[in-house]
Amino acid sequence: MSHWVGAAVPRKEDRRLLLGRGRFVADLARPGLLHAAFVRSPHAHAEVRNIDAGAARKAPGVTAVFTAADLGYPHLLALLERDEFVPTRMPILAGDTVRFVGEPVAIVIADDAYQAEDAAETVQADWVPQRSVTSIEAAKADTAPRLHEKAQGNRLVDLLMFDDDRLAEIFADAPVTVDATFESARVAALPLEGRACLAEWDDRDDQLVVHVSTQVPHQVRSGVAQALGVPERTVRIIAPDVGGGFGLKCVVGREEVAVAAAALRLRQPVCWAEDRQENLTASFHGHEQRYQVRAAFSADGRILALDAEVDCDTGAYSAFPFTCAVEPLMAATELPGVYKVPAYRARGRAIATNKAPAAPYRGVSRPQIVLVMERLMEKAAAALKLEPLEVRRRNLIGPGEFPYRGVNNITYDEGSYRESLDLAERQVAQKAWTAERDRLRRAGQRAGIGYACFSERTAYGTPTMSQRRMRMTPGYDTAMVRMDPTGEVIVTTGTCGHGQGHETTFAQIVADRLGVHPDRVRLRQGDTDLASYGWGTWGSRSVVIGGGAAGRAADIVATRLRRVAASLLEASPADVELTDGTARIRGDDTAAIPIPELARVAHFQADRLAEDLRYGLEARASFDPPGTFSNACHVAMVTIDPGTCAVRLHRYLVVEDCGVVINPVVVDGQVRGGVTQGVAAALLERVCFDPDGQPLSATLMDYLAPTAAEMCDVDIVHLQTPSSFSETGAKGMGEGGTIGAPAAVLNAINDALSDTSVRFDHIPVLPQHVSAALDGAAR
Amino acid sequence: MKPAPFAYHRAHSVGEAVALLAELGDEAKILAGGLSLVPMMNFRLARPAALIDVTRIEGLSYLRPDPAGPGSQGGGLRIGALTTHRAVETSRDPAVLSGFGVLPRSARWIGHYPIRSRGTFGGSIAHADPASEWCLLAVLLGAQVILTGPRGRRAVPAAGFFLGYYTTAASPDEMITELSFPQVAPGAVLTEFAQRQGDFAIVAAAVSADISGGVCRSARVVLGGVGPRPVQVNADALAGQPASASTWQAMGEHAASQIDPPEDTHGSAEYRRRLTATLVSRALAEASEVIEPGEPGEDAR
Amino acid sequence: MKDTHAICLTVNGREHELAVEARRTLADVLRHDLGYTGTHLGCEHGVCGACTIILDNAPVRACLVFGVQADGAEVRTVEGLADGEQLSDLQQAFSDHHALQCGFCTPGFLMLAEAYLAEATDREEDQLTEEQVRELVASNLCRCTGYQGIVEAVLATARTRRSRPKGAT
Repeated sequence: MSHWVGAAVPRKEDRRLLLGRGRFVADLARPGLLHAAFVRSPHAHAEVRNIDAGAARKAPGVTAVFTAADLGYPHLLALLERDEFVPTRMPILAGDTVRFVGEPVAIVIADDAYQAEDAAETVQADWVPQRSVTSIEAAKADTAPRLHEKAQGNRLVDLLMFDDDRLAEIFADAPVTVDATFESARVAALPLEGRACLAEWDDRDDQLVVHVSTQVPHQVRSGVAQALGVPERTVRIIAPDVGGGFGLKCVVGREEVAVAAAALRLRQPVCWAEDRQENLTASFHGHEQRYQVRAAFSADGRILALDAEVDCDTGAYSAFPFTCAVEPLMAATELPGVYKVPAYRARGRAIATNKAPAAPYRGVSRPQIVLVMERLMEKAAAALKLEPLEVRRRNLIGPGEFPYRGVNNITYDEGSYRESLDLAERQVAQKAWTAERDRLRRAGQRAGIGYACFSERTAYGTPTMSQRRMRMTPGYDTAMVRMDPTGEVIVTTGTCGHGQGHETTFAQIVADRLGVHPDRVRLRQGDTDLASYGWGTWGSRSVVIGGGAAGRAADIVATRLRRVAASLLEASPADVELTDGTARIRGDDTAAIPIPELARVAHFQADRLAEDLRYGLEARASFDPPGTFSNACHVAMVTIDPGTCAVRLHRYLVVEDCGVVINPVVVDGQVRGGVTQGVAAALLERVCFDPDGQPLSATLMDYLAPTAAEMCDVDIVHLQTPSSFSETGAKGMGEGGTIGAPAAVLNAINDALSDTSVRFDHIPVLPQHVSAALDGAAR
Repeated sequence: MKPAPFAYHRAHSVGEAVALLAELGDEAKILAGGLSLVPMMNFRLARPAALIDVTRIEGLSYLRPDPAGPGSQGGGLRIGALTTHRAVETSRDPAVLSGFGVLPRSARWIGHYPIRSRGTFGGSIAHADPASEWCLLAVLLGAQVILTGPRGRRAVPAAGFFLGYYTTAASPDEMITELSFPQVAPGAVLTEFAQRQGDFAIVAAAVSADISGGVCRSARVVLGGVGPRPVQVNADALAGQPASASTWQAMGEHAASQIDPPEDTHGSAEYRRRLTATLVSRALAEASEVIEPGEPGEDAR
Repeated sequence: MKDTHAICLTVNGREHELAVEARRTLADVLRHDLGYTGTHLGCEHGVCGACTIILDNAPVRACLVFGVQADGAEVRTVEGLADGEQLSDLQQAFSDHHALQCGFCTPGFLMLAEAYLAEATDREEDQLTEEQVRELVASNLCRCTGYQGIVEAVLATARTRRSRPKGAT
C-alpha cells in the first residue's frame, strides 16, 4: 500500500509560487477596494480621554474612521475555565485604556494605503500616561501598577502542578543539587508576509467573506462572530496562500476583526496589510520566560527530583483562543521531557506587562524547557565529574520502557531517545568533529560542541487539550475525500498549510489508499465554507491529525471503489486491489478496470450498482489522537572569535525520528527551517524595549533575523519509529528544529568557554555578552 | 509604511539639480540610490517636501585615476558622486587596484549585492552615517569632497565635512559631485564587525600604514561607530615600532583608550572598545601583510 | 495636492503607460497599478529583499524606488522568468532543491539570483564558489528554509549555465 508515502514527491505548491502566481491576501484586487490604517498608541500605558478624528474624516480619500465607541466596543475574550486564571478582554480597538505601544485605538478607511496612513497621522487623542511595567520583575513588584484590575501582582495565571510532599526530603538528602536560573528573550515569529486581511460583504450569500493570512480559518471565524455578535454561518474565512505563520497567525488579530467590522458597516471591500513596523511592535511576540530551577541528583547522576518556578511574560492580554496560559502550562507540564524524573513540582505563571501580547510562537516553551534540562545535565555532570552524555543516558527513557508514563501524567509513545543520542555521537565521531574543534582551538579560535536530546509532543488531540480547560478546546480534525466522475480526487481539510507542503503530503497519503497517482489528488484547505470545522495548522498537528483524517476518509472511498469494481468484475471486494490507477483482481491478470471508469460508473450509471453503492464516491472522517512524540538529538559546533567575541555556527547535525516520513524533502525542509529559527533565538534575535516600554526593535536592522551568512548547512539523519497512536504512523515534526537548537547551541558556547569560569544560561548569547563575561572572569 | 507626499523633480544635469535646490529651498532633498533616504521616508521619519532625482545625470559615474593629482607620492583618484558601490567593487583598473585597492576591497562590507548595485559613493558621503565605509576612508585618505552649488564648485576636506550624526558641511543648496583622493594609499585597510553580514558596522576601523624594512614609519587610524562621525585617533606611538603583532595589538589597545563610544542594543560602550582594539590591531596586521607580504611582522598567532 | 506624473515603462517586454503619484513606490505601481503581484512587499525598508526586481539590468529593492523613477526603464519581474508555462532553469532548480516553503520570499530570491548570474556571465566569471553564493543569498531574508536549498539551487543553476555553449540561452 505504501507507494507514495515516503517518496520525495516534488511539491505541488512550487509551480505557482515560482511563477509569481501565488495568491496572497495583499494580491487580491476588488473594484472599489478600500484600505485600512490603524491609529496606534504611542504610550506603553495610558488613559485615553478623547479621540478627535475630525480632521481625518475630512482628509482626502477617506471614507470613514471608527473608534471603539463607533463599533460598540467589540472585544475578543480568550477563556480558561480555571480559578487560577484572570480573563482579559482584548478590545478590538482600545477604548479608555491602552496597555502597550502600538495598541490600536482607531481604524481609518481610505481609497489607498497612502491616504489612509496620511489621515491616521491626523487623529488626535488626549493621552494620560500611566506608570508602565516592562519586565517580569517589575510587574510582580508589590508597588507595580496593575494592567488589569483583578490581576494581583499582574498574574494572569498562577498554577502549582504535580506537587510532591517528598521533595523537601529528597533535596535534603541528595548527594548533589543543582540550582540555576534560565532566561530566554522575547522574540518575534517574523513571517515574511505580515498579517493581512480583506473583508467584503456578499449579499447573495448573506455573508461577510474575510480573506485572512491565517493558520486557523475556523478560529478566525469564531473570533469574528463572537466579537461582532453574529452567527458563524454569516462569516466565511478564506486563507489563500499564506506567507509563513510560525504561530503568529494561529491566534486572532484584533485588526482582522476591525477590518471585518468596517466592511460590515460600509458594505464595501476593505483590506489591510500589516507593515513590518506594525508586525514587529504591535502584533504578537513570544518566548520571554524565566526559569528558577533546582534539581537533585544521585551520586551516579540520576535525577531524583525536579522543582521549577516558571514565569512567562505574556504582554498585555490573553490571545484568542489559546489564552496566556499556553506558555506556562506547556512549560510546567512538559519540563521533564525525555528524562525519567521520579519526583516533580512546577509552578507556572503568566505575568502581564505593557508589551504586545504573546502568541504561541514555534516551539511554545519547549525550546526553553529543553534548554533547562540540557543545561541541568551539563551542570550535574560537571558537579559529579561524569561525562555529560553518560549522565543523559542514565536518565533517558530507554528502549523497552515505552509507552512510558511520566511523573507529569503524560504517556510517551514509542521513541528512540537513547538510540538517537547514540547515533548522533557516532556521527560526530565519524565526522571527526572533536578533532576539528581541537584544531580550531589550536589555531586561536574558541570552539565548542553542544548536544541536546529532546522529544516534541505533537498532534495534541481533544483528550489531551481538554486538560488545559480552554473554553475553546482544539484537537480533532475532519476531512472529506471525494472522487469526481473522471477519477480525480478532491480532499478538504480543516488544517491550513502555509509552507509545509500539505498539498503534496496529504495527496501522498490519499493516493496510496486509493491506488492513484498523487497528481490525481487535490487538497482544498483554508476555507470555512468548504471544510468541516477544524483547528488549523499549528502544534505540529496537521499531517498526523488532518492527514490521518484524510487517510481514514480515503479508506472509506477505497472500500466503495473495491465494491464497485467487485460488482463490475463479478469478484469479491476482498480480492480487489487498487494500484497505479487501476482496480485489479488478485490472482487474475485479465480482470482490471481503470479507476476513472469506476468513478464514471458510480456517477453516471448508478443503476448498474447495488443501491448502497450508488450516488457518488465521497466520505467524511475525523481523527482525534491523544498526541504523539517525535524525538531528536541535535549537535552544534560553534566558534567564538576571541577578538570580536562573535559566536558563529560552524556545524550542525540533527538525528531525527518523526516516525513514518511521508515526504523526506518536506521533512528535511521543516527541520532546517526550524533549526535556523532556533539558532537565531540562541545567537541573534531579541525584541527590546526602553524602560518606558518604547520598542527598540521596530525595524529589520534592529531585529536581527539571520541571513544565509549566519547559517551553516544542517546535516540530517533519520530514524523511523512509527507511532501506534497515529493513523499513518507519522509523528508531527514542524517545531522540533526550533526546539532543539537553542540548547545545542548554548551547550556548544559553554563548551567553547570551558577553559574559563564563564557559563551562560540565557539566550540569546550576544557578542557583547561574551565580551563582558570574559572581562568579568579576567578580573 | 508609505511615504508622505512630496513633489518629484528630475534633474538632467548638475546645473539643473543645483538650480532646483536653490529654487525649492531646504525642504528639498537629493535622491540618488535612495537606500538611506527612502527607508526613512517609508517610516515617515523623513518627509522632504520635494525630491530632486539625480540618477539620470550623465557623467557622474566614474573612477578616474588622476596622474596630476596633488599628492606627493603619486597620482590621485577621482570618483564621481553617482558611481555605484558595485562599480567600485568590481573595478579592474590597474591604477585603482595598485594605489587604491582598499576601495574595492572595502566595498564588500557595504550592504549586499542589490544595495551595492544601486547605492552611490556620493550618496553614502552625503548621508554621513558614522559607520559608513566610504566616510571613514574619505577621512583616512584625506579626500576632498567636491560640492557644486549656485556659487560654483568648492572642495571641503573630508576631515571637516562630517559634523555629526547624518550632518555635513554641505549647504542645503549644494550637491556632492565628486570625491577626490589626493594620493595613492597602497597600505590602507578597512575592517569592521557587525553581527549579521551586510549590516552597518558596530565598529569599523580604517588604517593606513607606512611600513618598510619591518618597521612602521607612520600610520593613521580612523574609526567608525564609536562617535557621531568618523573618529581619528592618535597613532603617533606607532612611528619607529617593529611591524609585529604585539605592536598592532598595543595600538589597538591605545586606540580603544582614546574613544568614548555610544551604547545601544547592538553594543555596549565597553564592547565597542573591545571591538576597536581587535579591529585596529587586525587592520594594521593586514596592512602590514599588504605592504610587505611575509615580513617578520607575520608572527604566529 | 497630489504630484502626479505620466510615465511609460516596460515590464517583461511589455510597455505600459500610466499616471503615478510621485510617492508611489515602484513595488506598489507594479503590484497594484499593473497587476504584477508576484513582487512581494516584506519590509518596505530594503532589508528583506522580497520585492527585489531587475531594473535596467541591476537588481533593486522595488520598495526603495519610486514608480516615477522608472519612467523609460526596463523592468523584469518574477512573472518574466518562465518561457510561457515552462519554468526557467533557475525556477526548476529552486523546486528541485526545496528552496522554497511558503513562497513569499521566493520571487525576490529568484530575481536576485537571476541578476547576479547574468552579471557573472558578463564578467566571464569562471566559477562561482559556494561562499560567493552564500554571500549573495545573504542579501535577502527567508524565514522558512534555512537557506540551504536556496544556496544549492543557485549553485546548481550557475554550474549548468556555465557548462552550456556560449550564446545559448
